[in-house]
Amino acid sequence: MPENIVEIKNVTKIYTLGENKIYALNKVSAKIGKGDFVTIMGSSGSGKSTLLNMLGCLDLPTSGKVLINNTDISKLDDDRLTSLRRNNIGFIFQQFNLIQTLTAVENVEIPMIFNGASPAKRRKKALQLFRKAQLPAEYAHHKPNELSGGQQQRVAIARALANDPPILLADEPTGNLDSKTGHGVMELLRELNLAGTTVIVVTHDPRMEEYSRTTIRLQDGEILR
Amino acid sequence: MTSNNMYAELAKRNLKRQSVRTILAAIGIIIGVIAISSLGILGNSLKLSVTDSFADVGNKLIVSPVPGEDYITDKQVALIKKSGNIESVIPVASSGELIEYKSGGTTIQSYVAVYNLERDDLDKLVELEEGRYFKPGSTDCVVGSSVANNLDLKPGQKIEIDNSNLRVVGILKERGLGFDINTDSGVFTSAEMYNKLYPDADEGYDTVIVIVDDMDKIDAVATEIEDRINKKDELVTVFATNLITESLDDAFRFISLFLMGIGSISLLVAGVSILNVMLMSTMERTKEIGIMKAVGASRKDILKMFLLEALFLGVIASTAGAILTIGGSYVIMSLIVKNTSYLLTFSSMFYVMEGFLFGIATSLLGGMYPAWKASRMRPLDALRYE
Repeated sequence: MPENIVEIKNVTKIYTLGENKIYALNKVSAKIGKGDFVTIMGSSGSGKSTLLNMLGCLDLPTSGKVLINNTDISKLDDDRLTSLRRNNIGFIFQQFNLIQTLTAVENVEIPMIFNGASPAKRRKKALQLFRKAQLPAEYAHHKPNELSGGQQQRVAIARALANDPPILLADEPTGNLDSKTGHGVMELLRELNLAGTTVIVVTHDPRMEEYSRTTIRLQDGEILR
Repeated sequence: MTSNNMYAELAKRNLKRQSVRTILAAIGIIIGVIAISSLGILGNSLKLSVTDSFADVGNKLIVSPVPGEDYITDKQVALIKKSGNIESVIPVASSGELIEYKSGGTTIQSYVAVYNLERDDLDKLVELEEGRYFKPGSTDCVVGSSVANNLDLKPGQKIEIDNSNLRVVGILKERGLGFDINTDSGVFTSAEMYNKLYPDADEGYDTVIVIVDDMDKIDAVATEIEDRINKKDELVTVFATNLITESLDDAFRFISLFLMGIGSISLLVAGVSILNVMLMSTMERTKEIGIMKAVGASRKDILKMFLLEALFLGVIASTAGAILTIGGSYVIMSLIVKNTSYLLTFSSMFYVMEGFLFGIATSLLGGMYPAWKASRMRPLDALRYE
């Protein structure tokens, strides 16, 4: 068994709505090994988004531990959480979430700016990532709204890879794409996984399971065994 | 330039994205800068135009007899001359006089001051416009510019004082308001002629003008003269003319400050509008901030981005405001006052600089709260924002 890159222990997340306490996650424990391809499945309200947000250091558990690369996120302040996220996690969103004022290649450069890379270095790297994401170089200077959905998602994947994170987190990455384009994106994720990146995909689409090695099924805030 | 040019690029594009709003916010700052610097220039020009009409820079002491004493004696003048830091001592004897001048068939009368002043001393106070100085012992006289203008006098003509005729041989240059004697409305003649006109005047002088060689020592010289003469009894008072220039300076400083205070109200309004614009744009860009944070932007990065945007807006608008102020003032002054010399002084430019810096500071201040707010957004909430 390879080393665990993500470990969650007894994680509970409670949202308070007025008088009611909602258990989004209830004592969930799981381990994800380095280099694994994991799909987190579940219907809406099952707690899969909550889990993903915690793995992405965007949210903290009410109780329990989340270890990313052996670091307990609940003990970190905002700045340290940011730097952990920047160095370990690449995000891929359903809505692509590209910044509309910037060109495709500039979008890919953004995470590298926050990491302090020099302009020449980050431009070179961004163009390399373009090739890696199988995007034609002529799209580099297009604005996101001039690209198709599949191309935008590839730009987003290139951006997620910018700081060479060991983990890629994808939240319904094919949700806004037709099935052919969606499969293309999943193929790309598989290739990246084969190159060594741990990929975690949250989805409710059962067809995505074929790409993964491990599946975590969530229902009502608990893991189904 | 390392990673900063991308922040700058981002700030520039975000300002362009909402160009109408950016321009409106910029206009607020531009008006504020114009208001604060042009009101500063106005106050400064006012001050310059008033102080220019004064001939004196305030380096003089006026020594006059205390009430009850009629004259300053030769002995006292000698005591004054012994004091240190003195450039020259000018004893002045004067009398008010109604003079007559015949022009054609009519007789024109006018009140003037008649002075007995050594020719060298007069030279220290005012220059000659035309003609020459009177010779010692002659019955000639030179007249101030106002006297010459009012009575339409030319060198060679005669005026009558107390049934004595004096020939005008020279006319003095206009000097403006002085704190010592008013040369513009004076008639100056030789000691002999003066004594002939006023036989009982040889007891002493009405005032002694003391020019000091060092402005900083003026108070010390005044004290020294008082100490030398007023040993037993209070005989003379010494008045330092710099008191007048200093209080004038004070008065105009307050006027300038007051005018700029009015100007800064418009800058305050501009600051609020920047605050408003930046708040709106942080709200609109909430999702973008969330994305930035998710891909690794720290609070400091977000803060920097928004402050840079405010700084850009401030610098561009303030520069425009400063240029418009200089250009506008130049046009207005050359059209209305027909004199642009007051504008191009250091002190006027100082107010433009001050308006410029205030403009930038206001933008930064207005941008501070929105930037802080943006940097504190929780990435998860920001990402969910639609």
